[in-house]
Amino acid sequence: MGRVKKNPNRDWVKQRLIGASLCILAVFFLLFLRLMYLQIIKGEEYRRLSKTNCVRLKSIKSSRGLIYDRNHKLLVDNRPAFDLTIVLEDAKPVKETVSRLALFIDEPFEDLMDNIEKAGRSAFYKPVTLMEDISRDQLAIVASHKFDLPGIYIDIEPTRHYIHPKTAAHLLGYLGEINRKELASGKYPNVRTGDSIGRYGVEKSFESFLHGKRGGRQVEVDVNGRIIKILKTVAPVPGNDLHLTLDLDLQRRAEELLGEHDGSVVGIDPNNGDVLVMASAPSFDQNDFIGGISNTKWRALMGDPGRPMNNKAIQAEYPPASTYKIVTAMAGLEEQVIDRTTTFYCPGFYKFGNRRYHCWSKYGHGEINVVDALAQSCDVFFYMTGEKLGVDALAQYAAGSGLGRPTGIRLDHERDGLIPTAAWKKKRFKESWQAGETLSISIGQGFNLVTPLQMAVLIAAVGNGGTVYKPRVVRKITDARGNTIQGVEPEITGGLPVSKKNLELVRQGLFKVVGGNRGTARRIRIQGLTIAGKTGTAQVFSRKAGEKFENEKLIRTLQDHAWFVSYAPAENPQIALAVMIEHGEHGSTTAAPVARALIAAYLGIDLEGENQTQAQTSAGQATETVD
Amino acid sequence: MFDRRLIENFDWGFLGIIFMICAVGLLVLYSAVTAGHDGTGIHVLFKKQAIWMGAGFFIIMVSLVVDFREFDTLNLFIYTLCVGLLASTYFFGQVGGGSRRWLVLGVIRMQPSELMKISLIISLASAYSDKVSEEGLGFRNLIKPAVLCFIPFGLIVNQPDLGTGLLLLLIAGSITLFAKVEKKVFFTFAGLGLAVVPLVWFFGLKEYQKGRILTFLDPDRDPLGAGYHIIQSKIAIGSGMLTGKGFLQGTQNALSFLPEQHTDFILSVLAEEWGLLGCSFLILLYFVLLFWGLNIAYGCRNMFGSILAFGVTAMIFWQIFINIGMVMGLMPVVGVPLPLISYGGSSVVTNMVGFGILMNISMRKFTKG
Repeated sequence: MGRVKKNPNRDWVKQRLIGASLCILAVFFLLFLRLMYLQIIKGEEYRRLSKTNCVRLKSIKSSRGLIYDRNHKLLVDNRPAFDLTIVLEDAKPVKETVSRLALFIDEPFEDLMDNIEKAGRSAFYKPVTLMEDISRDQLAIVASHKFDLPGIYIDIEPTRHYIHPKTAAHLLGYLGEINRKELASGKYPNVRTGDSIGRYGVEKSFESFLHGKRGGRQVEVDVNGRIIKILKTVAPVPGNDLHLTLDLDLQRRAEELLGEHDGSVVGIDPNNGDVLVMASAPSFDQNDFIGGISNTKWRALMGDPGRPMNNKAIQAEYPPASTYKIVTAMAGLEEQVIDRTTTFYCPGFYKFGNRRYHCWSKYGHGEINVVDALAQSCDVFFYMTGEKLGVDALAQYAAGSGLGRPTGIRLDHERDGLIPTAAWKKKRFKESWQAGETLSISIGQGFNLVTPLQMAVLIAAVGNGGTVYKPRVVRKITDARGNTIQGVEPEITGGLPVSKKNLELVRQGLFKVVGGNRGTARRIRIQGLTIAGKTGTAQVFSRKAGEKFENEKLIRTLQDHAWFVSYAPAENPQIALAVMIEHGEHGSTTAAPVARALIAAYLGIDLEGENQTQAQTSAGQATETVD
Repeated sequence: MFDRRLIENFDWGFLGIIFMICAVGLLVLYSAVTAGHDGTGIHVLFKKQAIWMGAGFFIIMVSLVVDFREFDTLNLFIYTLCVGLLASTYFFGQVGGGSRRWLVLGVIRMQPSELMKISLIISLASAYSDKVSEEGLGFRNLIKPAVLCFIPFGLIVNQPDLGTGLLLLLIAGSITLFAKVEKKVFFTFAGLGLAVVPLVWFFGLKEYQKGRILTFLDPDRDPLGAGYHIIQSKIAIGSGMLTGKGFLQGTQNALSFLPEQHTDFILSVLAEEWGLLGCSFLILLYFVLLFWGLNIAYGCRNMFGSILAFGVTAMIFWQIFINIGMVMGLMPVVGVPLPLISYGGSSVVTNMVGFGILMNISMRKFTKG
């Protein structure tokens, strides 16, 4: 059995063991001495302390960081809320005290008792929150009856306050109480049970900065629970403030312009990727979430067909429709299937195989080049360009333009969008790519999906000469005293896959969308300002084969989504916008006017006087700009 | 095959001591989970602990069938298995209390770091048993043990579970000192240790770990967390005085001032309700247990067995010392349970496995092998 070992020398082992025994003896003697010290010498004192149970902890909540817009206008702050708490030990007999309180403040006795039950056994000497955020009247009555209400205390807690309810609700986000799982995850070291954390928007993405650190007090209390001595205080550390890139005035204007429509507006500064506007309609009131949203309100929000809880700028995906022609034009020019002089003839349809692919214009655009094809949104021109390119080359340019993947904005739930390739379709549907589908793709219909933010980033890049910025929502983070903790620098994520020369052609086309006399958005022209843009009308697409283009009438009744992407001033853009209006029918009629108003507002142009003269000036301009 | 001497040498006394400690443990746990708890019936944690203890005794009995010298032969296999389990927490581990230390196998949640302690003791005993000499071990003898020790240490600290990691080092260090090292080796390591401490302090420890050590030195640094726990724990212990407040009469216990009164801080419940007498009784039981363990090490005629017995005894010793020291404010607040008293299946099973090994060696002390 076993290996052969040399015989242990037992004396040697004994000697070693005696050493070990002495160590154990010494340590146990030390432990015993300590026990004697605590239980005999200091025993009386500790017995007294334990009898009165007088050392309590009182937590001091930290106030959450504030949120400002780019012009230092306050968007979110904290207001004092008055909470009622109870210390059971001091409130005996508890039921009587609570029922008296229930009478005073006119709240159901059962609800108050429920809160006590919920706190469980750990609650005997710790304050338990009975009711959060009581009204001024309730506060007054509790304060004046405090001698009838032993063990009931009023705590002042800083509470989140959204100054402009519903404004930028999706971007700012809202709070919710932390749950057990999150507490156990260890990701929230400064958060305790009952605290709120960011659940959505920047409140969530920047939670660790905003939260701050709870403080507290070790206090000695008398038999009635009144504090007689503050033993130790740890001051709370307020959260850090966020300075957004958002422009509050522009945001409010955008929301006003969206009005009753469902949809979204994203505005970006093309020179650094700052998100100036991010509006999504319908919206919701973030203040409703404070202290837990009521079931009725939650159900109403979730049941609303307008999906108010979705940030449509990043969470909704739409076919890019004609706005995608920007990508098709870039790809065609770069791959040299077309150049500036190439013209195609548009009779109002393109015959491919035995099927006619229609242009939106029944009568056709005649001989047309790339610049005018963009300006007039000629479908036939782009069918032919796309056909020559093929789906995969087109997909490559779309991906190079930042489509088909998240832009990297620091907000949760951003969708990827979708840029189809032949391989993708094979994998997804186990079917080969049909050449006809390429035609649909090249005018932005078919499987293509983009988010409004992706389109805003793309159009901003076209506007600034080809630089793709990561959209930035926070400019800097400062501590409560205003010292910068962290600056967020503009970040370049890539460049449009197009040469300066070819991009210039695309920009010319986009300028003529508004500036040309046959441009699809010529009606939004503003005197003295150059606007470039692209309209789009996204069919509310059904992927059933037979339903594509023959069923034009049917699709019209499904009410298309309206796109308008734009930047201004065209030569040196200060703002780039993507406007998406769900079921807005035509980009030119519903989406483009929103962009127009926002551009004017941002650049400080007064449209009031402008409107009257618009008709004649646009006619005048038209004659000048037509080639 | 089966030797009658095994039955004759069955260590009833040792088993008796374990039994008594378990009884004390269940009594205190009953109080810790019951007092101030308004649920009816016996608390589920109490039942679970009783089941774990039963399972522990069963494991002891089953393990006695295998000759402890088989562990010598199989040490590398056991070691590899345990390190494998430990490493797998990194991928499949369940997070609890901010660290990834649990593995879920069906209905059982286990901490591989607990089993690792036993496995390391076996491996070190095996590595040292044919190297020991009057002069002590040289540097070259220590390379393999160092590797054996630092692989699991790294994995455990990475979970992160600094308490268990340090415990592992303390056990390994004790075994190495017991096996005796050359004087120059001793002084080199002592010197190195002094030099490394500041390095570890500035580069090795995370903020919260530093905080814990600083809080230990000065509990006032964290009056809302550890400092408050230690103060309340001291009040609980001190208020027990000589004879205690009586079973289920602890007021500090009832008010749940500690989040871990049934695990790490359970001694304060004993001290409050049973006073100095109760605590002294438990400490005496532990004392006898440890001496019994050392006596088993002495009685064994096989060097592997002696070192193994010593190693297991050292493991129990350090847990007792660190836990009691912590609860009384003599040691940092690190999560080390009190053997057989604190609630926790992994801890109970690990300690029981250790006791099984000691009884195993005790039974077979006359076999030289």
